[in-house]
Amino acid sequence: MTRELWKGNEALAEAAIRAGVDAFFGYPITPQTELLEYMARRMPELGRTFLQAESEIAAINMVYGAACTGVRAMTSSSSPGISLMQEGFSYIAGSEAPCVVVDIMRGGPGLGNIQPGQADYFQITRSAGHGDFHPLVLAPATVQEAVDLAYISFDLAFRYRTLVLLAGDGALGQMMEPVEMPPMRTPDATQPDWALTGAKGRPPRTITSLYLDADELASVNARLQEKLKTIAAAEQRWECFMTDDADLLVVAFGTVARIAKSAVRAARAAGVRAGLFRPISLWPYPAPVLDGLVDQVQGVLVAEMNAGQMLEDVRAIVRGRTPIRFLGRTGGVIPMPDEITNELTHMTRVNHRTNGAGMKRDVE
Amino acid sequence: METSIIISGFGGQGALFAGQLLAYAAMESGKEVTWIPSYGPEMRGGTAHCTVVIGDEPVGSPLVRNPDCVVAMNLPSVDKYEPLLKTQGRLIYDSTLVRRSLRRTDIAGVAIPAHDIATRCGSQRLVNVAMLGALLTLCPLVDLAAVEQALHTHLPARHAALLRPNIVALHAGAAYVKALAETQITARG
Amino acid sequence: MNILLEHETPATDLDQMEIVYQRPDALTDLATHYCPGCSHGVIHHLIAEVIDELGIRSHTIGVAPVGCAVFAYKYFNLDSCEAAHGRAPAMATGIKRVLPDHIVFTYQGDGDLASIGGNEILHAALRGERITVIFVNNAVYGMTGGQMAPTTLAGMKTTSSPAGRNPLTQGYPLHLTEMLATMPGVAYAVRRSMHSVAETRKTKKAIRHAFTAQQQGLGLSIVEILAACPTNWHVEPADALDYIRDRMLPEYPVGDFKVSEGLGDRRLGD
Repeated sequence: MTRELWKGNEALAEAAIRAGVDAFFGYPITPQTELLEYMARRMPELGRTFLQAESEIAAINMVYGAACTGVRAMTSSSSPGISLMQEGFSYIAGSEAPCVVVDIMRGGPGLGNIQPGQADYFQITRSAGHGDFHPLVLAPATVQEAVDLAYISFDLAFRYRTLVLLAGDGALGQMMEPVEMPPMRTPDATQPDWALTGAKGRPPRTITSLYLDADELASVNARLQEKLKTIAAAEQRWECFMTDDADLLVVAFGTVARIAKSAVRAARAAGVRAGLFRPISLWPYPAPVLDGLVDQVQGVLVAEMNAGQMLEDVRAIVRGRTPIRFLGRTGGVIPMPDEITNELTHMTRVNHRTNGAGMKRDVE
Repeated sequence: METSIIISGFGGQGALFAGQLLAYAAMESGKEVTWIPSYGPEMRGGTAHCTVVIGDEPVGSPLVRNPDCVVAMNLPSVDKYEPLLKTQGRLIYDSTLVRRSLRRTDIAGVAIPAHDIATRCGSQRLVNVAMLGALLTLCPLVDLAAVEQALHTHLPARHAALLRPNIVALHAGAAYVKALAETQITARG
Repeated sequence: MNILLEHETPATDLDQMEIVYQRPDALTDLATHYCPGCSHGVIHHLIAEVIDELGIRSHTIGVAPVGCAVFAYKYFNLDSCEAAHGRAPAMATGIKRVLPDHIVFTYQGDGDLASIGGNEILHAALRGERITVIFVNNAVYGMTGGQMAPTTLAGMKTTSSPAGRNPLTQGYPLHLTEMLATMPGVAYAVRRSMHSVAETRKTKKAIRHAFTAQQQGLGLSIVEILAACPTNWHVEPADALDYIRDRMLPEYPVGDFKVSEGLGDRRLGD
């Protein structure tokens, strides 16, 4: 295969196209707009549906409607837009309409800024809307990985009838990297047995998230929770980098994880045996693997572009067995490799005392 | 082995495109590479910069605090990146726009009259490519031929008329640095 | 109890009887949950009759609202889905864009359409989505217990405007259908009423026009229907019809605000 230089946002769009996306509905927002613009050019060329919606609220509800007909529907946005889409996510979860959403995260809260961020972690992994549910959240660290995950995202969405959320950040969306694009796929033309296609020669179908009877809704929820358990067991993804002999473990995802890779290399060059654990699926979180690494290390450094969100998951897994230190950057500030290396070096000297202001802190 | 390059200038000077040309050329030369821009409002006329990291292994961080090389197309870029360059780093700046001398002595600074070179090659808009030619002569990261190829492939169709001048400017920038080096050798000799 | 009264028909004769009226195919046999005197059930029936008459049931998809008609999908015997509050036009857009040969309609109340879903209907109309919107205007939020809606009449007392709607602080009644009629993407925009049999018949014809406009691909079609809500108006069902005539009509006159030149089937009259 040939390598081509692709911008993250456009690569995500092309990968979704090659995965067979039938319909894209979106709304402009930096730093994901190139994805929308790419779709605006390419989808009509291919005879597929592209529509710029009047808002993120409308976009996700258009996706919801299209998904109800059994087609591969998607949208993309960035943090403030994802907040607006939460209503739709909840309905989609409740009615099990499969679809794919890309979140190219930026600085928050509020309008924040357009620089990279990872502060949507709670928002997208915990529930992403009212009610009990989790989207399947995948966080690529490279443009190639964004392509690979986008390529399988519809398979996952349809296998489980779930919302799949691809979580990148402004850096991933804006950067260019060599990519091997997968081939164009012809999607399976068979219509799912739940799709709304017109009640011709069969009883009518209904797609709803409304169950007024408490027992009925309870049983629907029980089924949805069972499905989430299945996903949690089957869809954990992660990468371990130089962890075999690691004394110190960095835990980071997405852009911060690739920066941490450079930091781990630098730390090793300086004689610190560091390793990186990178969750690729943020929900389900690959807890068992991290759990297995905790006992072999003398400390864990959690690095995120937020004030400590994945940190909560890591703490629950570590359960006090080893010290945890946290390096957080907010406001669109991207941690540099040397900052992470410095933290690692610091941890080899004093594991239990805090040495900095701001977001650096020893957690436990 | 990774080399990081920051190319910085006013929005519209083509700093981002010069970085992309470098990234395309690096990829076509079989190297790993990342290109990441500053983005947002600064694209509309303020300063714009991009970071290119070229390596033999997949690139970890696409961003660096202390770059190996900086191409500064205006004074604010020199002000910003001169202090950040690695020791022994290379700073190439446009002496047409930057009238001050460098402060650091532990870096290699190269002043090239990029505006004059670009103008001679046909357009002030060729400053970016002239400086890229200069950079690649100073730090032979990729062959100029690979950049030529990238220009052929990626110069937007609406700028087709500028393809030839771009290639001329690329080599003119390179030639300037080459001549400069020879002068220095001669002077030393 | 085997005594056959004189006016009762012997069961054995049923087979010989001519069917002059029956439940439309496009309705299920569920009894609706609507209050006595509510117009929703009759409006459902009108829509179902039109769908049957046009022979489109097997390729029609309905989008139900949030509001009293939230269970509309249970009563229509066709593929349907349930939208979030106000988002039915967006959801219908998504469906229609990927199934352009299907007939897609939304069924929405005034709170759903004119308040929380104002942006969605506005932009669906702007784009001229080939969908049909049945807009049931009873001037209150029904399901939540009679709060003020954008369509609530000036002075009208509701549970959230207990002193009567004061337009100076709570806004004037919204004439959404007239607004939409100004938009090039709208093919058909009319208001009808349910306050009498004659008006109900006209409502049915308008619904038929609206679906026909969609079949002809002319643009968005909307029928606003003035409907009774005796429960939240605190009047008897029969009096609710007079309330429509005497109170609603002066503010919301019936009429054709836009009828696309291209619309066929015009011989059906109003």
